[in-house]
Amino acid sequence: MVEAAIIVPAILNGLTTGAVYALVAVGLTLIYGVLHIINFAHGALLMVALYGVYFLHALGGVDPYLALPIMIPAMFALGYGLQRFVIGRASHGKDENVMLVTLGLAIVIENLALYLWSSDTRTIDTPYGFSTVDFGVALIAVPKLIAFAGALLLTLALWALMRWTDLGKAIRAVAKERRGAALVGIDIEHLYAMSFGIGIACLGAAACLLLPSYYASPHIGSAFVLIAFTIVVLGGMGSFVGALVGGLIIGVTESVGGLFLGDSLGQLGVFLIFIAVLLFRPTGLFGQKA
Amino acid sequence: MTSKFDRLSVTRRRFLAGSALGGLAVATGGIAAPHIARAADAPAVKVGIIHPVTGGVSYSGTQGRAGAMMAVDDINAAGGIKSLGGAKLDALLADAQSKADVGAAQIEKYNDAGVSAVVGGYASFICLATTQAAAKHGIPYVVDVGTDDRIVKAGLKNTFRFSPGYGVFVETAIRTLNEINTAAGKPAKTAVIVHEGSAFGAGTAALLQKNLGGIGINVLEVMKHPTPNLDFNNIVLRIKAANPDLVIPADYYNEYVLLARTMQQQKVKPKAIFSVLGGAASQYKFVKDFPEAAAYIMDCNHWYNPHKEAAQVLRKKTEAKGLYYTYEVFLNYEAVMLLADAIERAASTDRAKIIDALTNSSWAGHFMPYGPTRFENGQNTGARAVNLQVLDNDIKVILPPEFANAKPVFPRPV
Repeated sequence: MVEAAIIVPAILNGLTTGAVYALVAVGLTLIYGVLHIINFAHGALLMVALYGVYFLHALGGVDPYLALPIMIPAMFALGYGLQRFVIGRASHGKDENVMLVTLGLAIVIENLALYLWSSDTRTIDTPYGFSTVDFGVALIAVPKLIAFAGALLLTLALWALMRWTDLGKAIRAVAKERRGAALVGIDIEHLYAMSFGIGIACLGAAACLLLPSYYASPHIGSAFVLIAFTIVVLGGMGSFVGALVGGLIIGVTESVGGLFLGDSLGQLGVFLIFIAVLLFRPTGLFGQKA
Repeated sequence: MTSKFDRLSVTRRRFLAGSALGGLAVATGGIAAPHIARAADAPAVKVGIIHPVTGGVSYSGTQGRAGAMMAVDDINAAGGIKSLGGAKLDALLADAQSKADVGAAQIEKYNDAGVSAVVGGYASFICLATTQAAAKHGIPYVVDVGTDDRIVKAGLKNTFRFSPGYGVFVETAIRTLNEINTAAGKPAKTAVIVHEGSAFGAGTAALLQKNLGGIGINVLEVMKHPTPNLDFNNIVLRIKAANPDLVIPADYYNEYVLLARTMQQQKVKPKAIFSVLGGAASQYKFVKDFPEAAAYIMDCNHWYNPHKEAAQVLRKKTEAKGLYYTYEVFLNYEAVMLLADAIERAASTDRAKIIDALTNSSWAGHFMPYGPTRFENGQNTGARAVNLQVLDNDIKVILPPEFANAKPVFPRPV
């Protein structure tokens, strides 16, 4: 029993959720596009970022949105260091090793979080936490609107960075042809770490946008990461526009699917799309043939 | 195998030395020997304390372990088990990892380690496995929480549950909801049930749906969602469209909080939010973090007798440790105390004697809002559920009247 009046709010809600999914997926797709590895530690690192934002707020009184200029560089540095000194070294250049290393990292990070911060759920209360904007057809929570706009802007900024800067060009060159890039003098190790760092920096941003309406707990990453993987496949491995559009499609599918099938089955639509894409367009919506 | 457990107070070496000396003391000493002289030498009573301290329900497990350990510390500080010459309780801690099979495997290790009894389990699905495993070896087992009634209906002679089960909660909830609604002139005629998809949520929802009609409340919709659920906007939109008088959630903590927050955001204000074993409704953390979203929520849950001094003392002690005083804490505290009383009366570390003592227990030294302690098929027939409400940024008992420290506010003020 679904009334038409609640379909529009459900779509709007799906778009706002989808934008944040997209931001998580953008980092994953960048790491895949350049390093050709699937980063299993993505969810665990999102969790670390959420705790970062939480502690900045709880201990330093920093508003989650003002934490953006702190969390983005901090997560970038963490990502850069992880790739340069842990993942890169431990993998000895083999892709299957990289996967195992990131999987191991995820387990270590999650359990470390459990040990250090306990399994207690952490939420923050902000003055705008319960504010809503009335669009006539729907009340949309202010944190969700900010997350939507923030995620769109950051994805666009990242796209611009990849398109127009020397760094972006170098990253794309490495992604396309590793050996050729090395031959023209690009420092491959450094660029790998830069890509990983930028991918993880996206999680820093996502965490700042998420926490006002969500919570931090040691196992929270896994809830997002499965969806993020789906978005990456749907949008096309390595495609930013694909991740953004994929994120929005998944967000809306989940939301509207939840309305018709109940929230337990709402994700059914997400995985039906996933299977359909794999069957009929394995490169994804915006992916290029390998 | 004992090295697998995190041991407290007594190391293996000290334990062996203590056993030898204690054995000698028992053999030669007799009852007349002074307690203090023998206390250090009395053999420790090994008690298994098992909780899921990692995995999905680790928060509750960690809270439960803290409660159990406070009881162990209090018992040991007060001179241990007097009938055993002041023997200290030696807690062997185990992690069930939020998995039933891991819990059962830990019981096997407990058996090898020679424990006299086991306390804990927390989640029903863990308790179902651990109590069966303990029964195989005749180990007395005190269930701390595990509300599933199958735990005490399996005919296990070793299993004892001091707190109430599912059936009692649903029966109490329906009866008290009717009392509250009738007293207010029956403003609640419709309800929406929101529940998580596992045994706990689905089971509670089914029982409620079956019984609410009997008290004149029509269930408009039952909304199921997975755990974890990242977003409650859809559910709240559907609640808004259904416009019920009551919203009845059966969720774990995180989802309960997200639901209440989203309802506040979307300005959905039913006459009451009423839950049974509500994940967050009876948690001081929720009340402290989101006082507005929590205000006036009613819940039928485990609780302590607010008029008992000992309950308040334990609350202060718990909060001094930086923990919230949740039901896991005081139920585990009381479960260990119940066991200690039985060991005291059994005057033995023998498993069968402790089971006998538990079977015949009439322990009255607790601070729960219960009737007289009496075990029937392992269930304490005196165990009761109470109705709580978040009032003045605190959690108050509103029913039954003999334990209440506030009057129900229903319907909630606009």
